[in-house]
Amino acid sequence: MSELCVVRYAEIFLKGQNRHFFEERLQRNLRAALRPLAGAHVRRLHGRMLVDPGPAGVARAIELLARVFGVASLSPALVVPPDLEALGAAALELTRVEVARRAGAPPSFKVETRRSDKRFPLQSPQVSQEIGARIVAALALPVDVHDPDVLVTVEIGVERSFVFAATIPGPGGLPVGTAGRVTALVSGGIDSPVAAWLAMKRGCEVEAVYFHSFPYTGDRTKEKVRDLCRVISAWHGPMTLWVVHFTDVQKALRGAGPAELAVVLYRRMMLRIAAERARLSGSKALVTGESLGQVASQTLDNLAVIDDAAPMPVLRPLIASDKTEIIATARRIGTYDVSVQPYDDCCSLFTPKHPATKARLQHVEAAEARLDLAALAAAAAAQAERFEVTP
Amino acid sequence: MAGPATHIYLDNAATTRTDPRVVEAVVRCLREDYGNASSLHRLGIAAEQALTAARAQVAAAIEATPVEIVFTSGGTEANGLAVLGAAGAARGRHAVASAVEHPSVLGSLKLLEEQGWEVTLVPVDADGRVDAEAVVAAVRGDTAVAARMLVQNEIGAVEPVAEVGALLRRAGSRCVFHVDAVQGLGKLPLSVRDLACDTLAVSAHKVHGPKGTGALYVRKGVRLRPLVGGGKQERGVRPGTENVPGCAGFGVAAALARAELPAAAARMAALRDRLVERVLAVEAGARLVGPPPGAHRACYSATLAFPRVPAEALLHALEARGVYVSSGSACASRQRGRSHVLRAIGLADHLETIRVTLSRETSEAEIDAAATAILAALGEIRA
Repeated sequence: MSELCVVRYAEIFLKGQNRHFFEERLQRNLRAALRPLAGAHVRRLHGRMLVDPGPAGVARAIELLARVFGVASLSPALVVPPDLEALGAAALELTRVEVARRAGAPPSFKVETRRSDKRFPLQSPQVSQEIGARIVAALALPVDVHDPDVLVTVEIGVERSFVFAATIPGPGGLPVGTAGRVTALVSGGIDSPVAAWLAMKRGCEVEAVYFHSFPYTGDRTKEKVRDLCRVISAWHGPMTLWVVHFTDVQKALRGAGPAELAVVLYRRMMLRIAAERARLSGSKALVTGESLGQVASQTLDNLAVIDDAAPMPVLRPLIASDKTEIIATARRIGTYDVSVQPYDDCCSLFTPKHPATKARLQHVEAAEARLDLAALAAAAAAQAERFEVTP
Repeated sequence: MAGPATHIYLDNAATTRTDPRVVEAVVRCLREDYGNASSLHRLGIAAEQALTAARAQVAAAIEATPVEIVFTSGGTEANGLAVLGAAGAARGRHAVASAVEHPSVLGSLKLLEEQGWEVTLVPVDADGRVDAEAVVAAVRGDTAVAARMLVQNEIGAVEPVAEVGALLRRAGSRCVFHVDAVQGLGKLPLSVRDLACDTLAVSAHKVHGPKGTGALYVRKGVRLRPLVGGGKQERGVRPGTENVPGCAGFGVAAALARAELPAAAARMAALRDRLVERVLAVEAGARLVGPPPGAHRACYSATLAFPRVPAEALLHALEARGVYVSSGSACASRQRGRSHVLRAIGLADHLETIRVTLSRETSEAEIDAAATAILAALGEIRA
């Protein structure tokens, strides 16, 4: 008897002709996620995948697989010889584990059997009845064939037969790499790492860009951003972080226009530099952590003016999220504790006391007209420091 | 990014460079005297001898006797053991300290408050000094501990601590008088007799010794309740197998501090004054925070305040020039806000501070380069 993990994917079925491409990529990502485990294997079955975790065991494998986007759910399964005794014993053991895990009142259950090996002497309903009776006899659980708390599944195949009783939800989404590459603007705050993570969830391969304002911001913030990327790379695999040295650009911008436009000017410049980085890396869009109305630079008027500077689509996965929702996601994915460490953008020197909430494009363009924007953006993008971040 | 070519280390109140002679003593102990000082065989005896020698060296540096030295894991534990240990052994329910004590003392007092103790924090003047009579006036019949620091770590004020000791003795108070001398060792002459204290905390890494080692002087006759239970090491007050290598390093560091003190203190004070004068001569709005140079200011420390300059930006701009200092107050935009010490002395809101602290290793050339770097960094930040 050995333990495997059944991996299910849901949304990929919707993808018609592309299904093969999505499945290939999912299998590749599952393999990459399991790389820390020696001797692990991923096999494609019809409409799902079967993971043999190797000597590390199924619990450790599930920890890693639960971070692979595209996975709808996971079930630890016992592989047994195709005879009723072995199948029944495995079903009983797994049901016992489920009952213990749930605690409280005894859960209802149902046994479902799929038999693709038609040489097996009993028909599927008979197998279910036989095994169900054993579970009732041993554990005295109520049967509920319509809405069971525990669904015990028995699969009798030609190559192998297995049983599972628990279903663990996966992260959903689409396999990373199936949607193309994006460049995410990441700071040390709470929102932007969540936005980058959401882009990953929808299948994007993500590279990150962080704008560093040394000496106004210390290198601890740079370390913090690397830590944040490390956290989200657990869902993505190794990722690239570009650190753009932004101080000189900021100083040039600050001198160019009225103080209340400073934030909008910085944001427009960040998009230009990130877009230049994106062009060099073959990214098709930018990703930011903006949420409508959250701060002065995120009013609809200002977003419109900021967007005007971007030569490619700007994806804003958090645009309609409340701060509390963003924080909840940040906590769930593990970025929150890093984000709230106190090394964020320290300096109020570059931030006006009363930033404009309704910047006018003509005023912004007048301020920018004094500068060689393309040269500034190209230089900043070219001089960016590169870090490879791994989970 | 590659760091700057030179390092001018002026953050010696945070920690100091380990003296090579200390490193040698620690390594020798790690290699050779690895026995447990409590073991009966000769390896144990060798370790015990190393410990005894270190204890004598630390005792000599503060004019105590070796039997009065309890080795700890550092200044924080020494302060905690004094405050909580004295409270645990006493019948009183009241403690006295000042508003500018080190977090290890204030934190220990907070633990007492949570247990129902009453704590009186005596306020400070604008230079960060605490009037001795005000401290003694706060002591009551049920006061179990009075704690004062000798040198204020953030602003370098030398506090009137001996006066407190003398007044308490004259008043016949039975409370334990604790002195936090972590920033005093190696900076000014230290004598537990002159201070008339019952306990006194010192730390190795502030005097070119190893981190993770400190000591508490416990005057003969003073009873402390240990913070953890265990064996009979360190008179039972601080049980646990002794950190012999750390203590040996501390011993050497304390001996060096004592031997080099008079000359080193005079040199540090002169260099510190040179730096302050150079900066203030150019920066009209800047000023020295804390007592003016002289007997009330520790020789190694200068806390400089600049109007409308973010201190952390200045710190990082200096870092880029290879000069390492601390910032005394965080940016106004930051929730962390300013330190309890800067609040206590009422520093104006538009001022932010950096703390420059020298060591006996600091050279004149480094000070001149640091002064130039500070002026250039200020220019860069304002640009």
